Amino acid sequence: MLRIRNLKCFYGRIQAVKGVSLSVEAGEMVTLIGANGSGKSTLLQSICGLMNGWQGDIRFEDRSLKGLDPPRIVRRGISLVPEGRQIFPPLSVRDNLDLGAYTLHRQGRKQEVRETLERVLTLFPVLRERARQAAGTLSGGEQQMLAIGRALMARPRLLLLDEPSMGLAPKLVSRILGTLVTLREEGLTILLVEQNARAALQVADRGYVFETGQVVLQGSAGELLEDEDVKRAYLGRDYGDFYDGKA
Amino acid sequence: MVRPSLHNLVPYAFFVVLVGSAGLWVDNPYYFQILSMIGIHALLALALNLLMGYAGQISLGHAAFYGIGAYASALLSARYGLSPWLALPCAMLAAGLVALVVGYPTLKLSGYYLGMGTLGIGMIVFIVFREWSSVTGGASGFVGIPPLGLGGRALLDVRSYYFLVWAVVLLALCGSQRLIRSRVGRALRSIHDSEAAARAVGIPTSRLKLQVFVLSAVMSAVAGFLYAHMVGFISPDTFSFIVSVKLVTMVVIGGMASIWGALLGAALLTLLPEVLHAFAEFEMVVYGLILMTVMIFLPQGLTRGILDIYALRRRQSERAARPAD
Repeated sequence: MLRIRNLKCFYGRIQAVKGVSLSVEAGEMVTLIGANGSGKSTLLQSICGLMNGWQGDIRFEDRSLKGLDPPRIVRRGISLVPEGRQIFPPLSVRDNLDLGAYTLHRQGRKQEVRETLERVLTLFPVLRERARQAAGTLSGGEQQMLAIGRALMARPRLLLLDEPSMGLAPKLVSRILGTLVTLREEGLTILLVEQNARAALQVADRGYVFETGQVVLQGSAGELLEDEDVKRAYLGRDYGDFYDGKA
Repeated sequence: MVRPSLHNLVPYAFFVVLVGSAGLWVDNPYYFQILSMIGIHALLALALNLLMGYAGQISLGHAAFYGIGAYASALLSARYGLSPWLALPCAMLAAGLVALVVGYPTLKLSGYYLGMGTLGIGMIVFIVFREWSSVTGGASGFVGIPPLGLGGRALLDVRSYYFLVWAVVLLALCGSQRLIRSRVGRALRSIHDSEAAARAVGIPTSRLKLQVFVLSAVMSAVAGFLYAHMVGFISPDTFSFIVSVKLVTMVVIGGMASIWGALLGAALLTLLPEVLHAFAEFEMVVYGLILMTVMIFLPQGLTRGILDIYALRRRQSERAARPAD
């Protein structure tokens, strides 16, 4: 469904992504894990058209995304839940959701907007209760639900999430990731960028491990969870064990 | 989303009654001129408020579009004998085109830089008005602009002109409110809040900013048209940098992102100098003091400030009414 070949991204002279290739098949949940600054977010921004001047090839449903602006990419069926949620705090929860459906509204697809809104509010009942409240008054977890809801309002076929667990209590993290599992079961394809590697690998089908702008490892989520390097670097197993082994 | 409930209609009814009764009671050409001037300023403030208050894009050069409207209409009607009513759409088109051409590169800027960019546009247009004497009459101004007539018969007297101006203001008010409550208005507010987030959601931010800039310029051109044919004489000073700043002040004093605030700000800033004539040479000092006081005590502007005070009073009186135990 999504096929990236030899992607290179630059910030001025600094290369943030150094020739990455990856793919996401329809109906899959794939996760990109890796440390801060390893180029995961840059990759997502390139897919969404928020990052100009990347090289390589990004194809969605066999059509290139090169040179498309964000509104066109949203219309192609890709929605982003941005890092740090990026909701619109002074606007009401309802307005935030309606903004997610901007492209649908523009095409006059009112009935679809109503249906999608109903679906989102069923998925996150708390948003229905707070529909008229300013989005800035929501708690962190609720804001994350709103950000996901807003992305769903565009009726994407591929949902990209940039660190949805950031700053959330463990209980909320599993609530949010549980929602993603539900969405995938309904047929949505998901690409999840996470620093919380363990949580992400527990819900995903496959994973890619990023390091300084490159994919250093890939495999099924189960394999990665068992991989010694991944355990050492990302799953927080005691470093001491390895030093002992090497010595 | 546009539901014409009673709650929304009350301010309009109040507005119509106020404008109507003022128009029937007043019987002095000087007052009519001031009241019409308030209307013209209100139109400008509404235009700028769409851009500044809602979309969050500052313009320090809006007098340029006001001037382009005035000069275009004056030139076409006085020099080329076109009916002012036909000159109006040409003036709107001219302002819209200029806004489109200068807005495209300028609106890529944000914050202070956008302020500087628009300031530059205002300056350039002002200099064109002043220096292109063969066309604009230069610094001494453009005279002999024909007054407006209806149906080719009687020319409009001051009272009818007053009603004409305020009818246009009412139209602009309703139009602005409809726009703000629409899908596009919501998108504009999202740009104001966070342009990056709006882009991520798939809102075409650059195009929307340009569109609202052009709309705002066209509304300002209508104000220029009304001014030129009311006074019959225009000079570059009416469209200088100071005027642009005054327009920004009207929007800020009245209350950003409030259409009634724009109206209030325009009324206040037009009336103040007239009232303050009594202070003679201290006029500007008192004027500045009043503006400072408003900004210090009601930083959200008059409309928000008055509403807040009202809410506070009500809470206090409720508390007082409750029996102490």
